[in-house]
Amino acid sequence: MEIVVCVKQVPDTTEVKIDPATNTLIRQGVPSIVNPFDKNALEAALQLKEAYGGKVTVLSMGPPQAKDALKECLAMGADAAILISDRAFGGSDTLATSYTLASAIRKLGNCDIILFGKQAIDGDTAQVGPETAEHLGVAQVTYASRIEVSGDVARIERESEEGYEIIEVKLPAVVTVIKTLNYEPRYPSVKGTMKANRAEIPVWTAADLTVEEGRLGLKGSPTQVRNIFTPPRRVQGVIIARDTAREAVAELLQKLTEAKIV
Amino acid sequence: MAVLVTPECIGCGACVSICPFGAIEMRDGKADITDACTQCGACIDTCPVGAILRGKEEAKEVAIDKDAYKNVWVYIEVVEGKPKNVGFELLGEGRKLADAKGEKLAGVLIGDKVEAVAQNVFAAGADLVYLVEAPEFAHYNTDGYTATFVDLIETYKPSVILLGATNDGRDLGPRIACRVGTGLTADCTGLGIDEATGLVAWTRPAFGGNIMATILCPEHRPQMGTVRPSVFKKPEPNPTKTGEIIKVASKVKAEDIRTRMIDIMKVCTASCNLEEAEIIVSGGRGLGKPENFCYVEELANVLGGAVGASRAAVDAGWKPHMHQVGQTGKTVGPRIYFACGISGAIQHLAGMSSSDIVIAINKDPDAPIFKMADYGIVGDLTEVLPILTEEFKKIKAN
Repeated sequence: MEIVVCVKQVPDTTEVKIDPATNTLIRQGVPSIVNPFDKNALEAALQLKEAYGGKVTVLSMGPPQAKDALKECLAMGADAAILISDRAFGGSDTLATSYTLASAIRKLGNCDIILFGKQAIDGDTAQVGPETAEHLGVAQVTYASRIEVSGDVARIERESEEGYEIIEVKLPAVVTVIKTLNYEPRYPSVKGTMKANRAEIPVWTAADLTVEEGRLGLKGSPTQVRNIFTPPRRVQGVIIARDTAREAVAELLQKLTEAKIV
Repeated sequence: MAVLVTPECIGCGACVSICPFGAIEMRDGKADITDACTQCGACIDTCPVGAILRGKEEAKEVAIDKDAYKNVWVYIEVVEGKPKNVGFELLGEGRKLADAKGEKLAGVLIGDKVEAVAQNVFAAGADLVYLVEAPEFAHYNTDGYTATFVDLIETYKPSVILLGATNDGRDLGPRIACRVGTGLTADCTGLGIDEATGLVAWTRPAFGGNIMATILCPEHRPQMGTVRPSVFKKPEPNPTKTGEIIKVASKVKAEDIRTRMIDIMKVCTASCNLEEAEIIVSGGRGLGKPENFCYVEELANVLGGAVGASRAAVDAGWKPHMHQVGQTGKTVGPRIYFACGISGAIQHLAGMSSSDIVIAINKDPDAPIFKMADYGIVGDLTEVLPILTEEFKKIKAN
């Protein structure tokens, strides 16, 4: 089975802080990591390979330093990694990104299943997976928590707001994976890490892909960021600190009653 | 690149730290804008010497006749015959956009035997309903719904489409946007009209809720966005309002649908119906141990509310993901939100800050949650929650 996993290198947004003086983002010291949901997708890919055989190829579109993210994926057990990188891809929104990824997947040739994390933690759009599926003209199942394959059909447990759905899809297909205990990412082995460190990661530029220039990067992006601001903060209300819990609750209820909330 | 640094740059580096995308580097003592730039303009306002300018926009090829696109559409998501709240919330917002643009508001109804929902859509403010019914639409499926929606867009050419940012909405939206080749802004929490251009200004949290970005889609139509549930209030229904139903025959054949729904398993009870809840009681790691979630559940039970959980509590395995509130969980907007033992990380606030009243209970007086709570109790949850539950029981009994 030919398995492709698309990963993104992202700033660890849980480490991002706001400078209270200037009300702006502090980026210094924020580590770059493999998007956590993409690691769940890679784990799913590795488990599929273990169950059904085949090859796991990891793709990432990003700046040259995104090679570090790909090396981590190789250390976890991916068989091959390719970086898609070119200044022409800069400023891509989800439509241009998915167009570029889809052309790279086409260049790879035959593949049975293409996995993404459900979303990246910096942009949080959850759009690149479905849009890549559309560019490729294949089916999609989003929010997967379990994937089983028999023949050319995948049986997928899909998370919904109220529980789960079981969906069957004919392969090839794009599947986006959620954080789930089924696909808790494995740690890289020592051997894997050594191998990853030695690996030469090929870089595909726009010239290596069959693409129309006008559909890449900023030019190929219908959406534009108009401006960026820090979210408005709610103001602090009344804080009750009393010697006993009973006193504190009584005061809270009194205030809620006064404010006609209860 | 449309954002430029002039020779007046003094190399102070103020722009480097402010750039949300890390797209500015210092090179030879001057700021250099790299290809990670998205032209957001955050640096322009920061530069103390006005050395960063927005250059002339590169002329984009106008591929479409934008004037041919009119009216605001709202996708009405129907599950088992019942419309989701978010559709009505968006009709309220869509009405404002349509009025501002002097256009009509339409609801898009795709399903099997869903015509009865149309009256509710009119009552919430729509002038038109596009109705496509077929047995293939009994359950949401990507292929059938995408083909149908795209067919409607190509025939009737809307200028704006709003979809709820539910799991299905976020499955469908990108598929449609990509097929018609337009822009889609994900998971919006704010909608407006950009004064300078008359375009829809889509505002959304990014970077784990640390920043907000306003996005435009200038040259492509329709302008599309998915919008978070529970951020906007449902409009008061006007039962006397009527409108026109435009019935469109389905062109989808069963074999066009490449997925097959085998089973639906509902794990969710009323306690995790967070999007529709009036009252939510949420617990975090401050509860100390998973067993202490019983205090949260008892309070929710007495108040008839839903039970939420912080990401930390979900990651620790104390509650399943469908209870998670926050940037990567559910977004909620109840009348009252109780945050019990939740520190108040930004990613959590991104999921609940549209609550009307926030009541925080935490042992740590310095917990950031107190900075945004309307009411806070500093105290031990295992003592406070049972007393609170008991008092609410008494109030209810009266």
